Amino acid sequence: MATIKINVNGEEREISDIDPNTPLLWTLRDNLQMVGTKFGCGKGLCGACTVHLNGNAARSCSIPISAVDGQSVTTIEGLAAKAHKLHPLQEAWMEHDVPQCGYCQAGQIMNAAAFLSRNSTPSDSDIDDAMAGNLCRCGTYQRIRKAIHTAATKGGVA
Amino acid sequence: MKKDLYDHDLEPDVDMPAEFIQRLNRPSKRVSETADSFIPRRQFLKMSGIAGGGLVLAFSLSRSPSAKAAHHTDSDSPEFSPNAFIQIKPDGTIVLAAKNPEVGQGIKTFLPMIIAEELEVPWESVAIQQSAIDAKRFGPQSAGGSQSTPRNWDPLRQAGAVARTMLISAAAKTWGVTESKCKADQGFIVNESNGKKLSYAKLAATAASLPVPDGKTVPLKKRSDYKLLGKFIPGVDNQDIVTGQPLFGIDQQLPGLLYAIYVKCPSFGGTVKSANLDAIKARLGVVDAFILKGNGVDNELSAGVAILAKSTYEAFQAEKALEVDWDKGPASKESWTDLQKQSREITSKPGKVTEEQGDLTAALSSAAQVVESFYTYPFLSHSNLEPQNCTAWFRDGKMELWAPSQTPQAIAGMLSKLLDLDQSKIEVNQLRIGGGFGRRLLNDFACEAAAIAHKVDAPIKLMWNRESDMAHDFYRVGGFHNLTGTLDSNGRLTGLQDRTIVFTPTGGDGKRPVRGGNVRASNIQCPEIPNVRIEANSLPLQVPAGWWRAPGSCSLAWVFQSFIHEMAVTAKRDHLEFLVEQFGEPRWLKKGKAQILNTERAINVTKLAAEKGDWGKPMKKGQGRGLSFYFSHLGYFAEIAEVTVDSANNVTVDRVVVAADVGMLLNKSGGENQVEGSVIDGISTLADQEITFENGAVKESNFDTYPLLRMPAQPKIEIHWITSDYSPTGLGEPAFPPLAAAVTNAIHQATGKRIRTMPISKEGFQIT
Ligand code: FES
Ligand code: FES
Repeated sequence: MATIKINVNGEEREISDIDPNTPLLWTLRDNLQMVGTKFGCGKGLCGACTVHLNGNAARSCSIPISAVDGQSVTTIEGLAAKAHKLHPLQEAWMEHDVPQCGYCQAGQIMNAAAFLSRNSTPSDSDIDDAMAGNLCRCGTYQRIRKAIHTAATKGGVA
Repeated sequence: MKKDLYDHDLEPDVDMPAEFIQRLNRPSKRVSETADSFIPRRQFLKMSGIAGGGLVLAFSLSRSPSAKAAHHTDSDSPEFSPNAFIQIKPDGTIVLAAKNPEVGQGIKTFLPMIIAEELEVPWESVAIQQSAIDAKRFGPQSAGGSQSTPRNWDPLRQAGAVARTMLISAAAKTWGVTESKCKADQGFIVNESNGKKLSYAKLAATAASLPVPDGKTVPLKKRSDYKLLGKFIPGVDNQDIVTGQPLFGIDQQLPGLLYAIYVKCPSFGGTVKSANLDAIKARLGVVDAFILKGNGVDNELSAGVAILAKSTYEAFQAEKALEVDWDKGPASKESWTDLQKQSREITSKPGKVTEEQGDLTAALSSAAQVVESFYTYPFLSHSNLEPQNCTAWFRDGKMELWAPSQTPQAIAGMLSKLLDLDQSKIEVNQLRIGGGFGRRLLNDFACEAAAIAHKVDAPIKLMWNRESDMAHDFYRVGGFHNLTGTLDSNGRLTGLQDRTIVFTPTGGDGKRPVRGGNVRASNIQCPEIPNVRIEANSLPLQVPAGWWRAPGSCSLAWVFQSFIHEMAVTAKRDHLEFLVEQFGEPRWLKKGKAQILNTERAINVTKLAAEKGDWGKPMKKGQGRGLSFYFSHLGYFAEIAEVTVDSANNVTVDRVVVAADVGMLLNKSGGENQVEGSVIDGISTLADQEITFENGAVKESNFDTYPLLRMPAQPKIEIHWITSDYSPTGLGEPAFPPLAAAVTNAIHQATGKRIRTMPISKEGFQIT
């Protein structure tokens, strides 16, 4: 058992008495009760669990908590800027009514946010390639692509 | 034998979820679906308080902060609530009920839209409240068979119209004028003689004192007067979704919650002889472990081992250390390879005729050309992205559940028998669901959660991992069709025979098919074929089968729409002309029966798809265009797919054009989202999805072995609607069935190769 310190959405959190092999995903969901990050496959295959680790998109189901000790994590709950302003991607997601069931969408948005911060003028195929690791069982891919374009034209990085 | 092959509902067993619910709800069966029979809102408030009080997260008022305050308003305030669906507060808050489970089909948005339309209020002014599960107040509450729309269309319009009518009466009374002088307009009643206005809020108290008229007697709005229905309205939960708020079953948190897993025999129906429970209980983080015998009913409680831990991870790890000595059931001898062999053999020989029209033997002997083809498709998993889960808490003799279920009303009846609890002691909360597709019409996960919670002094959250979700699904059944078609010398289709397999479940009567497994002549959807013969051979199946998006139609459309194309190609005729010829005269085969094919609507969507999909325009080498039609769940869909196939058989689906007639589109956004999703799902399924089993256990375990389509493979999708006066229907299903044949017919045009085995990876093609 270990004690882990991580910065989650700008807040220092300490988790004591935890199995160091616990994936970041379950630490967020069970220990910190932040359930926006979702479980889909547990094997890095679906992207539902995507968060930002030091600014990069990462699959939280496949990262043991011991590996992120002392590092910074942003989750979907923390994506919006503090001043009650949504991220342009969140706005675009609502404008295009992207979600069907909505279960994959936190992971989609987190993945898209990391991608847009590197490529602010993406083409369709840039988007498709960047998002290929995120599954949507409901098939909302058309709208995800549209929403990412919209967010990009509005200055995608919050 | 002369028989009307089309004189029954097209997908008889699609209705089973509804029957199923009705059966389980027998005590409340007399509750009619009309709005006026629901208990008045005021009474309901006194009876039970608003659903979701206390710790429950299921109560969710969307969008309007002022409505959140309304939640705490004293129930004795003079609000106007003529039925369970509408609450108008004196402070102007309007709360509308979202009665049915939201699985991604958009129902939490469009059912309240129906009420708002008739109530005549601006959509921006309403708050949406997810209803409690209660048949007496809300009527049937389920999500399946795309039935929620047709079943609620009249009752919810009436609910809104009743309130509007009463507000008009209240205004007339206030002003001392006749009702005909008063008109409802977006939250106000306007006095047409002097232009004066009163808001609904101001009229609430007076309206509340009036008698509630019968919903069937109040005037409904004309479709041409609609202001809201048909518009692009985003989902009411969107903001919560994009900011990661707790909405789903898996998100439930309760004080002192324990995390549970339930391990069942990998081969279906096995029971537990023994397990290393002591070793499991000694593990760090594990709180308890025990064996449940189960009741042997696959959609209730199978035997297994429950493990309770302080975290999901510790529960999942404990499963890896669990050793069980299983007593394997008869299913352990079942294998997909064997079933394939057996089915091929059975369907290669004449069997018992189950349906016949005309004289197929004569058609065969007089035919100018005869085509014989064997089509087969595999079992499929639902693969909801949110794995099965359920939260349950048993305390003070009362069981409370937070169940992501498509049939939440069925749960109390099941649990009452299973745990010997009075139904009044069981409360079910509905939650947003991370994908349905028919999987959650069955409530095995809820039975498991409740059976575990029943033995534990804490709330528990049962969590399935992806592997158990795929290993213990209720699968879309695979199928086998040995088809024979006959053409006369003019290239007209004179006969069609299907020698097929209908699987029957163990413990059944040997005739009733498994869920979603029936095959009828009407599934051919070509009423002009004069000679038709179906030989449906029964074969017992142990692997659990379930309803899967557009049950029956999801696979049969591919078989018959491919074969019709095959016959057109053999006849050297244009496929469009040939297909339309099979519909015959534009007519409704049984006038007024929405479930029965209307060939006029079929012809119209088929021609529209052809027109918008550039039918007949030349294509480059390696490209192909395919057409397909299907009618299911009251929706008429024709689709055109355009593909490019390279020399290595890599298939790119470039464009899919959809033409649809569902009467009217209730929500342009939600409806089109369903169609786009169905197209993606159709390609996903045909590309490389197959569930196989050996020794009664499923081999595929996660998205590496059972892949879903990824974003780069998506085509361009165009949707065209025919608006008609027919009643609207749900869109979760009917867009799916035609897609596969449109693609495989296009591949045929591009390459000359006919695909008769699904998925197409079996025939050496890959979707890229
Ligand atoms: S849950 Fe992490 S990638 Fe699927
Ligand atoms: S919206 Fe349902 S999985 Fe993406």
